[in-house]
Amino acid sequence: MNGMGVNVSLNNPYSNDKVIEACAIFGMMDLSGRRFGFRDPVKAISNMRERSNGLGAGFAIYGLYPEHKDDYALHIMYLNRNAREKTEKLLEQNFDVLKAEEIPTDPKAYVQSPPPIWRYFVQPKKSIAKNISQDDYVLENVMKINTGIRGALVISSGKNMGVFKGVGFPEDIAEYFCLDEYEGYMWICHGRFPTNTPGWWGGSQPFNILDWTVAHNGELSSYGANRRYLEMYGYYSTMYTDSEVMVYALDLLVRRHKLPLEVVAKIFAPPFWFEIDAMEPKERNFYMALRQCYGSLLMNGPFAIIAARTGEMIGLADRLKLRPLTVAIKGDLFYISSEESAIRLVAPHLDKVWKPRGGELVVGRLKTLKLLEIPQSGWEDEKLY
Amino acid sequence: MNREFSHEGRKTLDAPGPVMINNGVVTINAANMHYRDLNLLLKTHSNLAKRINIYNVYGQRYIGTGLRNNVEIHVYGTPGNDLAAFMDGPTIYVHGNAQDGVGNTMNSGKVVVYGCAGDVVGYAMRGGRIFIRDDAGYRVGIHMKEYGEQKPVIVIGGTAQDFLGEYMAGGILVVLGLTLSHGETHKAKFVGTGMHGGIIYIRGQVTHVGKEAKITELEENDVALLKPIIEEFCSYFNFNIDEVLAGEFKKIVPLSTRPYGKLYT
Repeated sequence: MNGMGVNVSLNNPYSNDKVIEACAIFGMMDLSGRRFGFRDPVKAISNMRERSNGLGAGFAIYGLYPEHKDDYALHIMYLNRNAREKTEKLLEQNFDVLKAEEIPTDPKAYVQSPPPIWRYFVQPKKSIAKNISQDDYVLENVMKINTGIRGALVISSGKNMGVFKGVGFPEDIAEYFCLDEYEGYMWICHGRFPTNTPGWWGGSQPFNILDWTVAHNGELSSYGANRRYLEMYGYYSTMYTDSEVMVYALDLLVRRHKLPLEVVAKIFAPPFWFEIDAMEPKERNFYMALRQCYGSLLMNGPFAIIAARTGEMIGLADRLKLRPLTVAIKGDLFYISSEESAIRLVAPHLDKVWKPRGGELVVGRLKTLKLLEIPQSGWEDEKLY
Repeated sequence: MNREFSHEGRKTLDAPGPVMINNGVVTINAANMHYRDLNLLLKTHSNLAKRINIYNVYGQRYIGTGLRNNVEIHVYGTPGNDLAAFMDGPTIYVHGNAQDGVGNTMNSGKVVVYGCAGDVVGYAMRGGRIFIRDDAGYRVGIHMKEYGEQKPVIVIGGTAQDFLGEYMAGGILVVLGLTLSHGETHKAKFVGTGMHGGIIYIRGQVTHVGKEAKITELEENDVALLKPIIEEFCSYFNFNIDEVLAGEFKKIVPLSTRPYGKLYT
């Protein structure tokens, strides 16, 4: 979106009016599970500076809190003072709060009006969280905070992971949150060009709910339909931007509906009708059932996403491939990026680099890297039907 | 606390790397160089230099944009999007993979890529030639066009992804399939969608053609047109011309020069 002239000229040394960026996404994972620091991911995401504009950036790090790996780590952004008081009261009531602290920041970093961001390591109170899974209980409470407490936003709620994000260029956000003090086996990075919204701290990416995180480049024109569908399942969009529906959809489809990722990819980016028409009856019925059941979660419009959960990083682009996505491997390191140059900057010699087709799911898993070449007309795997 | 935090990835202004000039050859170290600085250097040196070598290229955009001379530029690394955009004369050799938008609205000159290219190669190209040794991404040759003597040519040595030649209005697009294994078909769908001019030649099997285009057989004059183009391609990448020509070629042409003429009538 244009019309950000004032902010842009502050951050752009050329002070030009033209905004030429698009989102930058970058994901890096060590498939052996070795944890690594900020250097490569921050260097890579900042290299795609032309895709950012200083109006938002963020990082999700997995394997971040090994000392609290079984506790939910809530990162909560407070836009006013009352918000923290109310939120902490709610947390005290519903959770055993094992630790609460403000996330350390570096005031020297070049960011504008940062709100305080706190982190809490919590366990659901057993006396209250009955007849409900722990994840669903946390989800309910996250939504309660996001929709019920003005100025409080839960920006991540998974275990052994966390999201750091805000308004600025990626390298400034990394510096602000002192990311040189953290390590993880997987980093999901985003440099943002806000598509439909002004840049604000809560609307920066990546978006997270429970274990799932998404960094998205594109614009979901199906946002309205997606959002209304997700509301029926208790997911409320509060970040004023299209991309967050993707992460809620992943939590719903993968964790709650227990669908394999391969099927979820076919819901987000289904085969064309002419392809479905040409399928064998059994396969055709399966795809038609998917379209009928989950048509509201078809992600229409251009997108390239990097999504992650514990031990897994995936890449997917829309079926018309209107946004770029490059995937590479070097030894145990698995990369997904908007641009190849960002990968080459941190790993000049790659074992393999390729561009997945639109709608083709790419998955990197801890220990084993399983790369899926989805055939144009369905699978042979009986389990999927 | 003294944080050891560097902004290595950020390409800053006012940090031009060293430039060396030796016997008409200009060598530029583009490490950490902003694309505008790099393109300013190219503009400054291209009129006098015989050859320009650029090292440590990591995503700088618009390399060679708007240059109107016959300089030879060698890019080592991964050039950024819109390489050779609006270029009018130079020859660019890329020793590595190119990203999206190679030759965007290029007018004349050449781009030779010793590797792969991303999406929208030759977007709205008006003239000149692009040779990609390996594969290319989506929408190669989208809306390339020709007028009079201006006849752009794109050759992809490997295969290309969907919407090849989308809205193509002129010029010649050749896909050789040299990276495909024996018997493997091109996977590109919607080839020639919205096509209303120009010719696509494909070596190997095409599975899906857009509704505005049709597949036909080659005629004698097609072979005469194709042969020098493939010869030039082979000369850059050391392929055997006879082996390439021995493959089975198909031709894809538009059904109409005005497919949407009646859409709003």
